[in-house]
Amino acid sequence: MALETYIIYKLILVVLVFAITMVIAMYSTYAERKVAGFLQDRLGPNRAGPFGILQPVADAVKLFMKEETIPSVSNKTLFIIGPALSLLTACMTGVVIPWGTSLSFFGENFSLQIADVNIGILYLFGVVSIGVYGIMIGGWASNNKYSLLGAIRASSQMISYEVAMGLSIIALIMTTGTLSVGEIAAQQHGWHWNILIQPLGALIFIVCAFAETNRAPFDLPECEQELVGGYHTEYSSMKMGFYLFAEYINMFISATVISTFYFGGYNMPFIGRFVHDPNWLALCGVAFLFAKIFFGIFFFMWVRWTLPRFRYDQLMNLGWKVLIPLSILNIVLTGAWMMRHEILNVFIK
Amino acid sequence: MITTYLFYFLSFLAIMFALMVVLSKNPVHSVLYLVLTFFTIAGHYVLLNAQFLAVVHVIVYAGAIMVLFLFVIMLMNLNKETEPHKSPWLKFSAAIASGLMLIVLVGSLKGAETIIATNPFNANIGLIENLGQCLFNDFLLPFEVSSILLLVAMVGAVMLGKKSIK
Repeated sequence: MALETYIIYKLILVVLVFAITMVIAMYSTYAERKVAGFLQDRLGPNRAGPFGILQPVADAVKLFMKEETIPSVSNKTLFIIGPALSLLTACMTGVVIPWGTSLSFFGENFSLQIADVNIGILYLFGVVSIGVYGIMIGGWASNNKYSLLGAIRASSQMISYEVAMGLSIIALIMTTGTLSVGEIAAQQHGWHWNILIQPLGALIFIVCAFAETNRAPFDLPECEQELVGGYHTEYSSMKMGFYLFAEYINMFISATVISTFYFGGYNMPFIGRFVHDPNWLALCGVAFLFAKIFFGIFFFMWVRWTLPRFRYDQLMNLGWKVLIPLSILNIVLTGAWMMRHEILNVFIK
Repeated sequence: MITTYLFYFLSFLAIMFALMVVLSKNPVHSVLYLVLTFFTIAGHYVLLNAQFLAVVHVIVYAGAIMVLFLFVIMLMNLNKETEPHKSPWLKFSAAIASGLMLIVLVGSLKGAETIIATNPFNANIGLIENLGQCLFNDFLLPFEVSSILLLVAMVGAVMLGKKSIK
């Protein structure tokens, strides 16, 4: 492939992934209220446009038009950097996700993954661990006790659950034998979904993903009854919007990562029987991945409007005393299963 | 050619951020500059083809250790009034000690030029497969000993953190 085509193709892919991320995050806010309405036997937003589908646009206009306040006692530079960093780290994860196999036009092969780095999982994990800074910086720079408390809650929660998340990923790496996200997705063709191989690991990962995105039942950082608004108490206008938006992007990315790691990614069993053209097959794969992602996002909302919030000590107990021992047990069991022939040989002799 | 420019650019940034760690008055700013320094050093690892080391460096240092640093410093809320004032004699002796350190460093680095690397440079040495082979075959004992060291440190921290020991 010529260098110019390569650059243009990668640029188009980057812009496309960014745009899709933004649109999905935008409509997640609408979906959240519709799902909440459905679960509470209400209608949800229905005024702006048919079925209220223009509601996110109206919200965006409202956020842009609001007065922008920067507290005079705050640290101004860091106050602005905080939400920007949150949004930046939320958008960075889409790079290593395989959105589909590959399309071929004019004799060239175009992979639907922006960068297939051989340490993709670690890259994802690194970006997640950097994500704490946006919240911490914003909470501290506001110079407000409630913001600081919210920021500290958020970061201690994220650090605690990162450990269990990392350990559950290690068991996944042991069975797949690769750190590349593209290869993990490719390995799960047919019914070889990782959830069937790693059910406990998948459960731990999903619970940790809820905690990492700071969503209910783990939304301690912004619990209104105790902290006014959490780390973004002092924020208004679009800077507040950035924080809220970053949360929805994180939810979308979490759903994507869960589908790619454990639910087969773009693979769907039996599809090879009906569709034979490789380009259509790739596009079907993209559609299946997004169907899985949308179900994941719906699951996030379903849980939010069903379960009550944890108390802070319960949250820490769950993280450190339940999930981490369970994920270590998962690693040991996985290792024992992989070495079962050797272990059996020892006993037979 | 590009890597040479990148090397100089990253080195410039690393030294600038490292200086800002020391020079900035606000401890929170110092911590944030230190995080940026770690990022530039991770960039150096990427230039050396050690992607695994680079990402682990970011995860461990920027993602975990510096967050804890930031945590403590934010809670202590340090400002100018609480800053201890050092006596001028202490500053004087610190200047002399660091000057001596500089001379020792210059003296030891002067002879470093003649050393030739025994192994030829292998572009794939930083990839995770080679690193794993190296750690678990050639350096298994040091690897396990250092993991035991970490375990001991963890147990010690838990012991110190306990309120009462029966």
